[in-house]
Amino acid sequence: MFIGAIGCEPLQLRRVHLENSHSLDVYRANGGYEALKKALDSMSPDDVINEVKKSQLRGRGGAGFPTGMKWSFVPKDSPKPKYVVCNADESEPGTFKDRYLMERDPHMLIEGMLIAAYALGAKTNYIYTRGEYKYLIDIMDVALDEARAAGLLGQNILGTNFSSEIYTHTGAGAYICGEETALLSSLEGYRGHPRMKPPFPAVSGLYASPTVVNNVETLTAVPDIITMGGEAYQKLGTEKSGGTKLWSVSGHVNRPGVYELPMGYDDMEKFIMEDCGGISNGKQLKAVIPGGSSVYIMRADQIIGKDVRMDYEGLVAGGSMVGSGGFIVMDETVDVFESTKNLTEFYKHESCGWCTPCREGTDWLVKIFKRIENGGGRDGDIQLFLDLCDNIEGKSFCPLGDAAAWPIQSAIKRFPEDFEKHILKN
Amino acid sequence: MTTELVNIQPLYQPVKMSGEMAVFSPEVEAEIDWHLAKYPSKRSAILPIMFIVQRERGYLDGPGVSYLANRLSLRITDIWEVATFYSMLHTKPIGQYHIQVCKTLSCKLLGADKITEQCSQKLGIKPGETTADGKFSLSLVECLGSCGTAPMFQVNFDFHENLTTEKVDQILDSLP
Ligand SMILES: Cc1cc2nc3c(=O)[nH]c(=O)nc-3n(C[C@H](O)[C@H](O)[C@H](O)COP(=O)(O)O)c2cc1C
Ligand code: SF4
Ligand code: FES
Repeated sequence: MFIGAIGCEPLQLRRVHLENSHSLDVYRANGGYEALKKALDSMSPDDVINEVKKSQLRGRGGAGFPTGMKWSFVPKDSPKPKYVVCNADESEPGTFKDRYLMERDPHMLIEGMLIAAYALGAKTNYIYTRGEYKYLIDIMDVALDEARAAGLLGQNILGTNFSSEIYTHTGAGAYICGEETALLSSLEGYRGHPRMKPPFPAVSGLYASPTVVNNVETLTAVPDIITMGGEAYQKLGTEKSGGTKLWSVSGHVNRPGVYELPMGYDDMEKFIMEDCGGISNGKQLKAVIPGGSSVYIMRADQIIGKDVRMDYEGLVAGGSMVGSGGFIVMDETVDVFESTKNLTEFYKHESCGWCTPCREGTDWLVKIFKRIENGGGRDGDIQLFLDLCDNIEGKSFCPLGDAAAWPIQSAIKRFPEDFEKHILKN
Repeated sequence: MTTELVNIQPLYQPVKMSGEMAVFSPEVEAEIDWHLAKYPSKRSAILPIMFIVQRERGYLDGPGVSYLANRLSLRITDIWEVATFYSMLHTKPIGQYHIQVCKTLSCKLLGADKITEQCSQKLGIKPGETTADGKFSLSLVECLGSCGTAPMFQVNFDFHENLTTEKVDQILDSLP
């Protein structure tokens, strides 16, 4: 599997191929913890937040919210403790980038979290990882111990009066716990049910205290922002979206992997056909889901010859979204009806059951898929799918409901022939 | 690190003792104390401690659940409520080797169905079942974050990626 950068110098992936890249020694020998030192020595917490604002870093967990702005929502004068929580749940189908960041460069995450904790005044911080990634928790725990022993974590970090702790926390197999408020419920020891927003976690999050939840990739971008300055970081990407972005590429390509691209990489066709080695087994491209399973599926002819730019605006213009950057490629042999059924089963399984439209709706959708698959397709099934999706999208408690509706809506619109073929089978 | 081949440890040792409430060794108690110390609220430690109880007992059995309730000052129903929400927590016995084949899209595109079929045949059980001797369980699970190295399964806590028929044979045959 390929892990590296295309179209730019590797930034977040620049240490991953070094021997013992996960160790403190290698991290420090390659510039590690210099950014933390710089922040503590010469910057106020507000300076740090301003640099992150200038960097135009947008959250890499899926929603793309500007990170500096999120940080500035944390009330400065709150008497309550504050928390930084790293969202390392990584359960979005097609997404597997955070895993390699933690596996190969765990100190980059620790440094990023400490800088965030300094900016926000957080004394206790958690890394919430999906339970299946037990080997990663072990790597993170070793790295945290190393940092603690070296005076980089805990009391009086680097001899200053800044003290902050980071602990790992294990989830137990529930996709919904990637949603930030569900994650906080889970971290408090409850079922992973999402919470009403507002109040947003920045104001009332973990233990009803101000909390910033950020993705692994987002937090690991922070040390470089501090080192090179927000403006320089922004210039690596586009005006509205700074830096580089990791894309997890899977499916029918010759070279799957984790790709670091400058934000705004200007040609999705070239990315698939050249950078990722083209479609495997000499087949033709049929469809791509570019941002994890929760975004619109794209037809090949929306990509080929279309100069789709790979950033937030570019992908929306192209008919989809950046999401988590989980890039799933499908060749001409793929039946989009079956792929959509597969994803719908995922959402049905992962629906937390808290609200009726999503709990009942996803179950019903799967039943229709199965009936059609077993030869029981009826006139009006397409409309039934769309009506049901309409009753889930925008009407469920959290975005998981929308995420379940979007694949079906876009697949029916863009690959109607694949649905009709199955429905008309009997 | 991702394990290619093969030194998979059993999930747990079979428990002999039974009683009203599970009792653990001082080492395990110390491990549990460490998790409790991480949080301002005891209840937050529920998942990490459940994993420990599950490791020690094989699954969340009655005595294990009583222990959790007692240790966390919660009601038995609070424990069940959480235990039944998460797919990695087992409220029924599970095999010592838990083979979890990813069935989600990227793996499916690259042959997950075949891998499931092969596991099923070799072990003589369907997904969702455990062998009569309690050694193996086979499950279908949703995306495990190995989509770029699909198809894959997880055996206990080890990821096995880029699976082929030969590799599946080799791994399953190696399990003691
Ligand atoms: C159903 C659902 C699942 C999500 N899963 C993840 C996840 O696995 N990892 C993640 O970082 N964000 C996930 N998110 C997004 C988070 O809610 C949140 O926006 C993100 O962690 C914020 O971090 P960022 O600003 O750094 O992107 C998910 C959102 C939803 C609605
Ligand atoms: S939309 Fe689905 S996942 Fe979200 S709260 Fe409702 S039932 Fe739970
Ligand atoms: S789809 Fe199988 S690991 Fe992601």
